[in-house]
Amino acid sequence: MLASSSTRPRRVAGFLAKSAPAVISVGLLLVTWELYANHSGIKPTILPAPSRVLEQAILNRGALIDNAIPTIRATLLGFACSLSAAFVFSVLVDFFQPLRRALFPVFIVSQTLPLVAIAPLVVLWFGFGLAPKILLVALVTFFPMLVALVQGYEATEAEIGQMLRAMGAGRWRVFVLARLPSALPYFFAGLRISITYAVVGAIFAEYAGAAKGLGIYMLNAKNNFRPDLVLAAVAVSAVLTLVLFGLTVLLQRIAMPWERVGREPSGKGRRG
Amino acid sequence: MSRLELRHVRKAFGGLDVLADISLSVGAGEFVSILGPSGAGKSTLFQLLTGAEHGAGEMFFDGAPLDDHGRHFAFMPQRDALMPWRRIIDNTTLGLEVQGVGRKAARARVAPLFAEFGLVGFERHFPAQLSGGMRQRAALLRTVVQERDMLLLDEPFGALDALTRAALQRWLEQMWRHHRWTALLITHDVREALYLSDRIYVLSARPARIVREIKVPLPRPRDPTAAAAPLASALEAEILDILLNPQPFKGHDDD
Repeated sequence: MLASSSTRPRRVAGFLAKSAPAVISVGLLLVTWELYANHSGIKPTILPAPSRVLEQAILNRGALIDNAIPTIRATLLGFACSLSAAFVFSVLVDFFQPLRRALFPVFIVSQTLPLVAIAPLVVLWFGFGLAPKILLVALVTFFPMLVALVQGYEATEAEIGQMLRAMGAGRWRVFVLARLPSALPYFFAGLRISITYAVVGAIFAEYAGAAKGLGIYMLNAKNNFRPDLVLAAVAVSAVLTLVLFGLTVLLQRIAMPWERVGREPSGKGRRG
Repeated sequence: MSRLELRHVRKAFGGLDVLADISLSVGAGEFVSILGPSGAGKSTLFQLLTGAEHGAGEMFFDGAPLDDHGRHFAFMPQRDALMPWRRIIDNTTLGLEVQGVGRKAARARVAPLFAEFGLVGFERHFPAQLSGGMRQRAALLRTVVQERDMLLLDEPFGALDALTRAALQRWLEQMWRHHRWTALLITHDVREALYLSDRIYVLSARPARIVREIKVPLPRPRDPTAAAAPLASALEAEILDILLNPQPFKGHDDD
Protein backbone atom coordinates (compact mmCIF):
# COMPACT_ATOMS: atom_id res chain seq x y z
CA MET A 1 0.00 0.00 0.00
CA LEU A 2 2.90 2.33 0.81
CA ALA A 3 4.35 1.69 -2.60
CA SER A 4 1.16 2.54 -4.45
CA SER A 5 0.62 5.83 -2.60
CA SER A 6 4.16 6.98 -3.36
CA THR A 7 3.98 6.04 -7.04
CA ARG A 8 0.65 7.75 -7.70
CA PRO A 9 1.95 11.37 -8.04
CA ARG A 10 4.76 10.06 -10.22
CA ARG A 11 2.25 8.25 -12.40
CA VAL A 12 0.15 11.44 -12.80
CA ALA A 13 3.28 13.41 -13.69
CA GLY A 14 4.23 10.71 -16.20
CA PHE A 15 0.79 10.87 -17.78
CA LEU A 16 1.00 14.68 -18.12
CA ALA A 17 4.48 14.43 -19.64
CA LYS A 18 3.26 11.81 -22.12
CA SER A 19 0.17 13.78 -23.19
CA ALA A 20 1.99 17.16 -23.42
CA PRO A 21 2.99 16.80 -27.12
CA ALA A 22 -0.60 15.99 -28.12
CA VAL A 23 -1.98 18.94 -26.12
CA ILE A 24 0.58 21.28 -27.70
CA SER A 25 -0.10 20.13 -31.29
CA VAL A 26 -3.89 20.37 -30.93
CA GLY A 27 -3.52 23.77 -29.22
CA LEU A 28 -1.31 25.08 -32.04
CA LEU A 29 -3.80 23.89 -34.64
CA LEU A 30 -6.69 25.67 -32.90
CA VAL A 31 -4.70 28.91 -32.44
CA THR A 32 -3.67 28.93 -36.13
CA TRP A 33 -7.26 28.31 -37.18
CA GLU A 34 -8.52 31.09 -34.88
CA LEU A 35 -5.95 33.60 -36.20
CA TYR A 36 -6.68 32.69 -39.83
CA ALA A 37 -10.46 32.92 -39.41
CA ASN A 38 -10.23 36.33 -37.68
CA HIS A 39 -7.60 38.05 -39.81
CA SER A 40 -7.85 36.65 -43.36
CA GLY A 41 -11.23 38.24 -44.03
CA ILE A 42 -12.90 34.87 -44.69
CA LYS A 43 -16.62 34.93 -43.92
CA PRO A 44 -17.79 33.06 -40.78
CA THR A 45 -20.48 31.42 -42.97
CA ILE A 46 -17.60 29.72 -44.82
CA LEU A 47 -15.09 29.09 -42.05
CA PRO A 48 -16.08 30.07 -38.51
CA ALA A 49 -13.38 30.54 -35.87
CA PRO A 50 -13.15 27.86 -33.16
CA SER A 51 -14.19 30.45 -30.60
CA ARG A 52 -17.41 31.03 -32.57
CA VAL A 53 -18.02 27.31 -32.84
CA LEU A 54 -17.64 26.98 -29.07
CA GLU A 55 -19.89 29.98 -28.44
CA GLN A 56 -22.61 28.61 -30.72
CA ALA A 57 -22.23 25.13 -29.25
CA ILE A 58 -22.91 26.58 -25.79
CA LEU A 59 -25.85 28.66 -27.06
CA ASN A 60 -27.33 25.62 -28.82
CA ARG A 61 -26.41 23.09 -26.16
CA GLY A 62 -30.03 22.07 -25.65
CA ALA A 63 -30.46 21.09 -29.30
CA LEU A 64 -27.03 19.44 -29.46
CA ILE A 65 -27.70 17.28 -26.41
CA ASP A 66 -31.19 16.52 -27.68
CA ASN A 67 -29.69 15.28 -30.96
CA ALA A 68 -26.69 13.53 -29.42
CA ILE A 69 -28.88 11.22 -27.33
CA PRO A 70 -30.40 9.31 -30.29
CA THR A 71 -26.92 9.01 -31.80
CA ILE A 72 -25.51 7.59 -28.57
CA ARG A 73 -28.47 5.22 -28.31
CA ALA A 74 -28.05 4.01 -31.91
CA THR A 75 -24.28 3.62 -31.47
CA LEU A 76 -24.51 1.63 -28.25
CA LEU A 77 -27.47 -0.53 -29.27
CA GLY A 78 -25.99 -1.23 -32.70
CA PHE A 79 -22.62 -2.01 -31.23
CA ALA A 80 -24.11 -4.27 -28.57
CA CYS A 81 -26.02 -6.22 -31.24
CA SER A 82 -22.94 -6.43 -33.43
CA LEU A 83 -20.76 -7.56 -30.53
CA SER A 84 -23.18 -10.29 -29.44
CA ALA A 85 -23.54 -11.55 -33.00
CA ALA A 86 -19.77 -11.46 -33.57
CA PHE A 87 -19.20 -13.45 -30.39
CA VAL A 88 -21.77 -16.12 -31.26
CA PHE A 89 -20.42 -16.46 -34.80
CA SER A 90 -16.80 -16.50 -33.62
CA VAL A 91 -17.56 -19.44 -31.32
CA LEU A 92 -19.41 -21.28 -34.10
CA VAL A 93 -16.58 -20.68 -36.55
CA ASP A 94 -14.01 -21.80 -33.98
CA PHE A 95 -15.82 -25.09 -33.39
CA PHE A 96 -16.90 -25.81 -36.98
CA GLN A 97 -14.15 -24.78 -39.36
CA PRO A 98 -16.25 -25.39 -42.55
CA LEU A 99 -18.59 -22.62 -41.36
CA ARG A 100 -15.72 -20.23 -41.75
CA ARG A 101 -15.36 -21.01 -45.44
CA ALA A 102 -19.12 -20.70 -45.88
CA LEU A 103 -19.60 -17.43 -44.00
CA PHE A 104 -16.45 -15.37 -44.41
CA PRO A 105 -16.94 -14.59 -48.13
CA VAL A 106 -20.40 -13.21 -47.31
CA PHE A 107 -19.03 -11.08 -44.51
CA ILE A 108 -16.15 -9.83 -46.62
CA VAL A 109 -18.57 -8.75 -49.34
CA SER A 110 -20.60 -6.94 -46.68
CA GLN A 111 -17.47 -4.91 -45.91
CA THR A 112 -17.05 -3.82 -49.51
CA LEU A 113 -20.50 -2.20 -49.69
CA PRO A 114 -20.13 1.59 -49.88
CA LEU A 115 -21.95 3.10 -46.90
CA VAL A 116 -23.02 6.07 -49.03
CA ALA A 117 -25.06 3.77 -51.25
CA ILE A 118 -26.30 1.33 -48.66
CA ALA A 119 -27.38 3.80 -45.94
CA PRO A 120 -30.26 5.39 -47.93
CA LEU A 121 -31.42 1.93 -49.02
CA VAL A 122 -31.48 0.62 -45.47
CA VAL A 123 -33.48 3.71 -44.45
CA LEU A 124 -35.81 3.10 -47.38
CA TRP A 125 -36.39 -0.50 -46.26
CA PHE A 126 -36.57 0.00 -42.49
CA GLY A 127 -37.86 3.56 -42.12
CA PHE A 128 -36.67 6.51 -40.03
CA GLY A 129 -36.64 4.71 -36.70
CA LEU A 130 -33.91 3.05 -34.68
CA ALA A 131 -33.78 -0.19 -36.71
CA PRO A 132 -31.83 1.04 -39.78
CA LYS A 133 -29.29 2.79 -37.51
CA ILE A 134 -28.68 -0.32 -35.48
CA LEU A 135 -28.35 -2.29 -38.68
CA LEU A 136 -25.80 0.07 -40.21
CA VAL A 137 -23.71 0.30 -37.04
CA ALA A 138 -23.73 -3.49 -36.89
CA LEU A 139 -22.80 -3.71 -40.57
CA VAL A 140 -19.63 -1.65 -40.14
CA THR A 141 -18.52 -3.15 -36.81
CA PHE A 142 -19.53 -6.81 -37.01
CA PHE A 143 -16.80 -8.10 -39.30
CA PRO A 144 -13.84 -6.38 -37.61
CA MET A 145 -15.01 -7.79 -34.27
CA LEU A 146 -15.53 -11.27 -35.71
CA VAL A 147 -12.07 -11.31 -37.28
CA ALA A 148 -10.47 -10.02 -34.08
CA LEU A 149 -12.12 -12.78 -32.01
CA VAL A 150 -11.37 -15.60 -34.45
CA GLN A 151 -7.74 -14.52 -34.75
CA GLY A 152 -7.54 -14.20 -30.99
CA TYR A 153 -8.69 -17.80 -30.47
CA GLU A 154 -6.10 -18.97 -32.94
CA ALA A 155 -3.36 -17.07 -31.13
CA THR A 156 -3.68 -19.52 -28.22
CA GLU A 157 -0.29 -20.99 -27.40
CA ALA A 158 -0.26 -24.48 -28.92
CA GLU A 159 1.46 -25.94 -25.86
CA ILE A 160 -1.26 -24.69 -23.53
CA GLY A 161 -3.85 -26.50 -25.63
CA GLN A 162 -1.76 -29.66 -25.75
CA MET A 163 -1.22 -29.56 -22.00
CA LEU A 164 -4.93 -29.07 -21.28
CA ARG A 165 -5.87 -32.01 -23.50
CA ALA A 166 -3.24 -34.13 -21.73
CA MET A 167 -4.94 -33.10 -18.47
CA GLY A 168 -8.16 -34.57 -19.87
CA ALA A 169 -9.94 -31.34 -20.90
CA GLY A 170 -12.47 -31.57 -23.72
CA ARG A 171 -12.87 -29.04 -26.52
CA TRP A 172 -15.24 -26.82 -24.61
CA ARG A 173 -12.97 -26.72 -21.53
CA VAL A 174 -9.99 -25.88 -23.72
CA PHE A 175 -12.05 -23.09 -25.30
CA VAL A 176 -13.16 -21.58 -22.01
CA LEU A 177 -9.86 -22.05 -20.14
CA ALA A 178 -7.41 -21.15 -22.90
CA ARG A 179 -8.82 -19.91 -26.21
CA LEU A 180 -11.23 -17.32 -24.80
CA PRO A 181 -8.72 -15.60 -22.48
CA SER A 182 -6.04 -15.78 -25.18
CA ALA A 183 -8.35 -13.76 -27.45
CA LEU A 184 -8.70 -10.86 -25.00
CA PRO A 185 -5.88 -8.67 -26.40
CA TYR A 186 -7.24 -9.16 -29.93
CA PHE A 187 -10.77 -8.50 -28.73
CA PHE A 188 -9.79 -5.17 -27.20
CA ALA A 189 -7.75 -4.15 -30.24
CA GLY A 190 -10.84 -4.85 -32.37
CA LEU A 191 -13.06 -3.04 -29.87
CA ARG A 192 -10.96 0.14 -30.01
CA ILE A 193 -11.17 0.26 -33.81
CA SER A 194 -14.82 -0.76 -34.08
CA ILE A 195 -16.14 1.72 -31.54
CA THR A 196 -14.94 4.60 -33.72
CA TYR A 197 -16.54 2.99 -36.78
CA ALA A 198 -19.74 2.61 -34.76
CA VAL A 199 -20.13 6.35 -34.14
CA VAL A 200 -19.41 7.17 -37.79
CA GLY A 201 -21.88 4.48 -38.88
CA ALA A 202 -24.64 5.87 -36.66
CA ILE A 203 -24.12 9.45 -37.90
CA PHE A 204 -24.09 8.23 -41.48
CA ALA A 205 -27.37 6.39 -40.97
CA GLU A 206 -28.94 9.54 -39.50
CA TYR A 207 -27.57 11.60 -42.35
CA ALA A 208 -29.49 9.35 -44.73
CA GLY A 209 -32.70 9.97 -42.90
CA ALA A 210 -33.74 10.41 -39.29
CA ALA A 211 -36.11 12.42 -37.13
CA LYS A 212 -33.37 13.33 -34.67
CA GLY A 213 -29.66 12.75 -34.26
CA LEU A 214 -26.29 14.38 -34.83
CA GLY A 215 -26.29 13.24 -38.47
CA ILE A 216 -29.54 14.89 -39.40
CA TYR A 217 -28.60 17.92 -37.24
CA MET A 218 -25.43 18.38 -39.31
CA LEU A 219 -27.37 18.06 -42.56
CA ASN A 220 -29.93 20.68 -41.48
CA ALA A 221 -27.22 23.06 -40.21
CA LYS A 222 -25.38 22.76 -43.50
CA ASN A 223 -28.56 23.48 -45.47
CA ASN A 224 -29.14 26.58 -43.31
CA PHE A 225 -25.60 27.86 -44.05
CA ARG A 226 -24.50 27.35 -40.45
CA PRO A 227 -21.05 25.71 -40.68
CA ASP A 228 -20.46 26.76 -37.07
CA LEU A 229 -23.28 24.45 -35.97
CA VAL A 230 -22.03 21.67 -38.27
CA LEU A 231 -18.64 21.93 -36.60
CA ALA A 232 -20.23 22.08 -33.15
CA ALA A 233 -21.99 18.79 -33.92
CA VAL A 234 -18.74 17.38 -35.27
CA ALA A 235 -17.05 18.36 -32.02
CA VAL A 236 -19.78 16.63 -30.03
CA SER A 237 -19.37 13.44 -32.07
CA ALA A 238 -15.58 13.63 -31.65
CA VAL A 239 -15.94 13.97 -27.89
CA LEU A 240 -18.43 11.09 -27.91
CA THR A 241 -15.99 8.90 -29.85
CA LEU A 242 -13.10 9.80 -27.56
CA VAL A 243 -15.16 9.01 -24.47
CA LEU A 244 -16.16 5.61 -25.88
CA PHE A 245 -12.55 4.95 -26.90
CA GLY A 246 -11.40 5.88 -23.39
CA LEU A 247 -13.99 3.51 -21.93
CA THR A 248 -12.60 0.59 -23.97
CA VAL A 249 -9.08 1.40 -22.74
CA LEU A 250 -10.35 1.54 -19.15
CA LEU A 251 -12.26 -1.71 -19.64
CA GLN A 252 -9.13 -3.40 -20.94
CA ARG A 253 -7.12 -2.26 -17.93
CA ILE A 254 -9.76 -3.71 -15.62
CA ALA A 255 -10.19 -6.94 -17.58
CA MET A 256 -6.49 -7.64 -18.12
CA PRO A 257 -4.61 -6.73 -14.93
CA TRP A 258 -1.71 -9.05 -15.86
CA GLU A 259 -0.87 -6.85 -18.86
CA ARG A 260 0.01 -3.88 -16.67
CA VAL A 261 1.84 -5.93 -14.11
CA GLY A 262 4.00 -7.61 -16.74
CA ARG A 263 5.21 -4.31 -18.14
CA GLU A 264 6.01 -2.68 -14.83
CA PRO A 265 9.59 -3.15 -13.74
CA SER A 266 9.20 -5.12 -10.53
CA GLY A 267 12.81 -5.42 -9.43
CA LYS A 268 12.57 -9.18 -9.65
CA GLY A 269 13.35 -9.22 -13.36
CA ARG A 270 11.33 -11.03 -15.97
CA ARG A 271 14.02 -13.45 -17.08
CA GLY A 272 16.83 -15.40 -15.52
CA MET B 1 7.87 -54.63 -12.88
CA SER B 2 7.66 -51.96 -15.51
CA ARG B 3 4.83 -49.46 -15.38
CA LEU B 4 5.07 -48.11 -18.92
CA GLU B 5 6.01 -50.38 -21.75
CA LEU B 6 6.18 -49.57 -25.47
CA ARG B 7 6.64 -52.30 -28.09
CA HIS B 8 7.61 -51.42 -31.63
CA VAL B 9 5.82 -48.11 -31.66
CA ARG B 10 5.85 -46.39 -35.04
CA LYS B 11 4.44 -43.13 -36.28
CA ALA B 12 4.43 -41.46 -39.68
CA PHE B 13 3.07 -38.06 -40.62
CA GLY B 14 1.82 -38.33 -44.19
CA GLY B 15 4.50 -40.59 -45.65
CA LEU B 16 7.25 -39.11 -43.45
CA ASP B 17 8.46 -41.66 -40.91
CA VAL B 18 9.03 -39.90 -37.61
CA LEU B 19 9.24 -42.82 -35.21
CA ALA B 20 10.61 -45.97 -36.87
CA ASP B 21 10.64 -48.48 -34.05
CA ILE B 22 10.48 -47.51 -30.39
CA SER B 23 10.47 -50.14 -27.66
CA LEU B 24 11.11 -49.02 -24.13
CA SER B 25 10.02 -49.50 -20.57
CA VAL B 26 9.91 -47.39 -17.43
CA GLY B 27 9.78 -49.02 -14.00
CA ALA B 28 7.99 -47.75 -10.89
CA GLY B 29 9.92 -44.92 -9.26
CA GLU B 30 12.42 -44.88 -12.08
CA PHE B 31 13.76 -41.76 -13.79
CA VAL B 32 14.30 -42.52 -17.47
CA SER B 33 15.52 -40.15 -20.17
CA ILE B 34 15.07 -40.21 -23.90
CA LEU B 35 18.08 -38.52 -25.42
CA GLY B 36 18.24 -37.63 -29.06
CA PRO B 37 19.04 -34.96 -31.62
CA SER B 38 16.63 -32.09 -32.19
CA GLY B 39 13.79 -32.93 -34.54
CA ALA B 40 14.18 -36.67 -33.93
CA GLY B 41 10.53 -37.05 -32.99
CA LYS B 42 10.95 -37.10 -29.23
CA SER B 43 7.95 -34.86 -28.67
CA THR B 44 5.88 -36.99 -31.05
CA LEU B 45 6.41 -39.88 -28.66
CA PHE B 46 4.81 -37.84 -25.87
CA GLN B 47 1.92 -36.94 -28.14
CA LEU B 48 1.29 -40.65 -28.62
CA LEU B 49 1.40 -41.21 -24.88
CA THR B 50 -0.97 -38.35 -24.05
CA GLY B 51 -3.35 -39.40 -26.79
CA ALA B 52 -2.90 -36.27 -28.93
CA GLU B 53 -1.75 -38.51 -31.80
CA HIS B 54 -2.21 -42.15 -32.66
CA GLY B 55 0.47 -44.47 -34.02
CA ALA B 56 1.14 -48.11 -34.69
CA GLY B 57 2.58 -50.59 -32.20
CA GLU B 58 1.64 -51.48 -28.66
CA MET B 59 1.62 -49.38 -25.51
CA PHE B 60 0.99 -50.82 -22.06
CA PHE B 61 0.59 -49.29 -18.65
CA ASP B 62 0.81 -51.63 -15.65
CA GLY B 63 0.41 -54.47 -18.11
CA ALA B 64 -2.88 -53.20 -19.56
CA PRO B 65 -3.17 -51.64 -23.01
CA LEU B 66 -2.93 -47.88 -22.78
CA ASP B 67 -6.37 -46.52 -23.56
CA ASP B 68 -7.44 -43.83 -21.13
CA HIS B 69 -4.48 -41.53 -21.66
CA GLY B 70 -5.42 -38.77 -19.28
CA ARG B 71 -5.40 -41.04 -16.28
CA HIS B 72 -1.74 -42.03 -16.19
CA PHE B 73 0.33 -39.07 -17.26
CA ALA B 74 1.03 -35.57 -16.07
CA PHE B 75 2.59 -33.70 -18.94
CA MET B 76 4.99 -30.77 -18.69
CA PRO B 77 5.53 -29.08 -22.06
CA GLN B 78 8.73 -27.56 -23.37
CA ARG B 79 7.98 -23.97 -22.56
CA ASP B 80 6.30 -23.50 -19.21
CA ALA B 81 2.83 -22.98 -20.80
CA LEU B 82 1.77 -20.92 -17.80
CA MET B 83 -1.37 -18.93 -18.56
CA PRO B 84 -0.39 -15.24 -18.45
CA TRP B 85 -3.86 -14.29 -17.22
CA ARG B 86 -3.85 -16.59 -14.20
CA ARG B 87 -2.02 -15.91 -10.98
CA ILE B 88 0.62 -18.47 -10.02
CA ILE B 89 -1.64 -20.22 -7.53
CA ASP B 90 -4.40 -20.53 -10.15
CA ASN B 91 -1.91 -21.79 -12.73
CA THR B 92 -0.75 -24.53 -10.39
CA THR B 93 -4.31 -25.68 -9.66
CA LEU B 94 -5.19 -25.93 -13.36
CA GLY B 95 -4.80 -29.71 -13.64
CA LEU B 96 -6.89 -30.29 -10.53
CA GLU B 97 -9.55 -27.91 -11.84
CA VAL B 98 -9.76 -29.90 -15.07
CA GLN B 99 -10.11 -33.06 -12.96
CA GLY B 100 -13.14 -31.45 -11.34
CA VAL B 101 -11.63 -30.55 -7.96
CA GLY B 102 -13.27 -27.44 -6.49
CA ARG B 103 -11.33 -24.18 -6.40
CA LYS B 104 -10.94 -24.13 -2.63
CA ALA B 105 -9.94 -27.77 -2.35
CA ALA B 106 -7.48 -27.40 -5.22
CA ARG B 107 -5.84 -24.39 -3.58
CA ALA B 108 -5.59 -26.26 -0.32
CA ARG B 109 -3.77 -29.08 -2.10
CA VAL B 110 -1.19 -26.90 -3.87
CA ALA B 111 -0.55 -24.45 -1.01
CA PRO B 112 1.72 -26.73 1.09
CA LEU B 113 3.93 -27.41 -1.95
CA PHE B 114 4.88 -23.78 -2.53
CA ALA B 115 7.66 -23.90 0.06
CA GLU B 116 9.34 -26.94 -1.47
CA PHE B 117 9.15 -25.36 -4.92
CA GLY B 118 10.63 -22.08 -3.72
CA LEU B 119 7.55 -20.08 -4.63
CA VAL B 120 6.33 -18.87 -1.24
CA GLY B 121 5.19 -15.24 -1.49
CA PHE B 122 4.56 -15.49 -5.22
CA GLU B 123 1.13 -17.15 -5.05
CA ARG B 124 -0.66 -13.96 -6.09
CA HIS B 125 1.87 -12.93 -8.76
CA PHE B 126 1.27 -13.23 -12.48
CA PRO B 127 3.69 -15.40 -14.49
CA ALA B 128 5.19 -12.33 -16.23
CA GLN B 129 6.47 -11.17 -12.83
CA LEU B 130 8.52 -14.32 -12.28
CA SER B 131 11.98 -15.27 -13.49
CA GLY B 132 12.42 -18.10 -15.98
CA GLY B 133 13.56 -20.52 -13.29
CA MET B 134 10.60 -19.74 -11.04
CA ARG B 135 8.18 -20.11 -13.92
CA GLN B 136 9.61 -23.53 -14.66
CA ARG B 137 9.27 -24.57 -11.01
CA ALA B 138 5.65 -23.36 -11.05
CA ALA B 139 5.07 -25.43 -14.19
CA LEU B 140 6.52 -28.51 -12.48
CA LEU B 141 4.37 -27.85 -9.41
CA ARG B 142 1.31 -27.72 -11.68
CA THR B 143 2.43 -31.05 -13.14
CA VAL B 144 3.19 -33.06 -9.99
CA VAL B 145 0.16 -31.88 -8.02
CA GLN B 146 -2.06 -33.76 -10.48
CA GLU B 147 -0.79 -36.93 -8.74
CA ARG B 148 -0.79 -38.99 -11.89
CA ASP B 149 1.12 -42.26 -12.15
CA MET B 150 3.91 -40.82 -14.21
CA LEU B 151 5.52 -37.52 -15.19
CA LEU B 152 6.27 -36.73 -18.81
CA LEU B 153 8.84 -33.93 -18.98
CA ASP B 154 9.46 -32.52 -22.44
CA GLU B 155 12.81 -30.65 -22.38
CA PRO B 156 11.68 -28.73 -19.30
CA PHE B 157 14.90 -26.71 -19.02
CA GLY B 158 15.55 -26.23 -22.74
CA ALA B 159 14.57 -22.56 -22.83
CA LEU B 160 16.59 -21.50 -19.77
CA ASP B 161 20.01 -19.91 -19.55
CA ALA B 162 22.88 -22.23 -18.58
CA LEU B 163 23.15 -21.15 -14.93
CA THR B 164 19.43 -21.35 -14.23
CA ARG B 165 19.33 -24.69 -15.97
CA ALA B 166 22.15 -26.09 -13.81
CA ALA B 167 20.43 -24.81 -10.67
CA LEU B 168 17.12 -26.37 -11.67
CA GLN B 169 18.72 -29.71 -12.58
CA ARG B 170 20.22 -29.94 -9.10
CA TRP B 171 16.95 -28.93 -7.54
CA LEU B 172 15.00 -31.48 -9.59
CA GLU B 173 17.40 -34.29 -8.67
CA GLN B 174 16.95 -33.45 -5.01
CA MET B 175 13.16 -33.27 -5.40
CA TRP B 176 13.13 -36.60 -7.20
CA ARG B 177 15.05 -38.29 -4.38
CA HIS B 178 12.34 -37.19 -1.94
CA HIS B 179 9.37 -38.07 -4.09
CA ARG B 180 10.61 -40.92 -6.31
CA TRP B 181 8.27 -39.94 -9.13
CA THR B 182 8.13 -42.31 -12.07
CA ALA B 183 9.38 -39.98 -14.76
CA LEU B 184 10.19 -39.94 -18.44
CA LEU B 185 12.33 -36.99 -19.52
CA ILE B 186 12.96 -35.85 -23.07
CA THR B 187 16.20 -33.97 -23.56
CA HIS B 188 19.03 -33.35 -25.98
CA ASP B 189 21.41 -32.40 -23.18
CA VAL B 190 23.72 -35.38 -22.48
CA ARG B 191 24.87 -34.11 -19.09
CA GLU B 192 21.33 -33.37 -18.02
CA ALA B 193 20.31 -36.94 -18.89
CA LEU B 194 23.30 -38.40 -17.04
CA TYR B 195 22.77 -36.20 -14.01
CA LEU B 196 19.08 -36.96 -13.56
CA SER B 197 18.44 -40.45 -14.94
CA ASP B 198 18.58 -44.05 -13.82
CA ARG B 199 18.51 -45.14 -17.43
CA ILE B 200 18.88 -43.42 -20.79
CA TYR B 201 17.51 -44.41 -24.17
CA VAL B 202 19.56 -42.90 -26.97
CA LEU B 203 17.53 -42.09 -30.08
CA SER B 204 18.78 -41.92 -33.66
CA ALA B 205 18.02 -39.02 -35.96
CA ARG B 206 14.67 -39.22 -37.79
CA PRO B 207 13.17 -41.70 -38.38
CA ALA B 208 13.83 -42.31 -34.70
CA ARG B 209 14.74 -45.69 -33.34
CA ILE B 210 16.41 -46.58 -30.08
CA VAL B 211 20.09 -47.12 -30.80
CA ARG B 212 21.30 -47.75 -27.27
CA GLU B 213 19.99 -48.24 -23.76
CA ILE B 214 22.40 -47.04 -21.09
CA LYS B 215 22.18 -47.67 -17.36
CA VAL B 216 23.54 -44.85 -15.24
CA PRO B 217 25.13 -46.49 -12.20
CA LEU B 218 26.17 -43.19 -10.60
CA PRO B 219 25.32 -43.11 -6.89
CA ARG B 220 22.61 -40.84 -5.53
CA PRO B 221 22.50 -38.18 -4.30
CA ARG B 222 24.23 -37.24 -7.47
CA ASP B 223 27.33 -35.21 -6.84
CA PRO B 224 26.99 -31.95 -8.81
CA THR B 225 30.61 -32.36 -9.82
CA ALA B 226 29.95 -35.94 -10.95
CA ALA B 227 30.11 -34.74 -14.53
CA ALA B 228 33.83 -34.64 -13.97
CA ALA B 229 34.04 -38.12 -12.44
CA PRO B 230 35.66 -40.77 -14.64
CA LEU B 231 32.55 -42.98 -14.96
CA ALA B 232 30.31 -40.06 -15.89
CA SER B 233 32.72 -38.69 -18.44
CA ALA B 234 33.18 -42.14 -19.96
CA LEU B 235 29.39 -42.45 -20.34
CA GLU B 236 29.17 -38.95 -21.74
CA ALA B 237 31.87 -39.73 -24.31
CA GLU B 238 30.11 -42.95 -25.25
CA ILE B 239 26.73 -41.23 -25.77
CA LEU B 240 28.24 -38.36 -27.71
CA ASP B 241 30.00 -40.85 -29.90
CA ILE B 242 26.69 -42.59 -30.67
CA LEU B 243 24.93 -39.29 -31.39
CA LEU B 244 27.68 -37.69 -33.43
CA ASN B 245 28.89 -40.73 -35.40
CA PRO B 246 25.69 -42.52 -36.31
CA GLN B 247 26.27 -46.15 -37.24
CA PRO B 248 24.24 -47.72 -40.03
CA PHE B 249 21.34 -49.49 -38.34
CA LYS B 250 22.09 -53.17 -37.82
CA GLY B 251 19.01 -54.31 -35.94
CA HIS B 252 18.56 -54.15 -32.23
CA ASP B 253 16.93 -56.84 -30.15
CA ASP B 254 15.86 -55.58 -26.79
CA ASP B 255 12.64 -57.52 -26.18
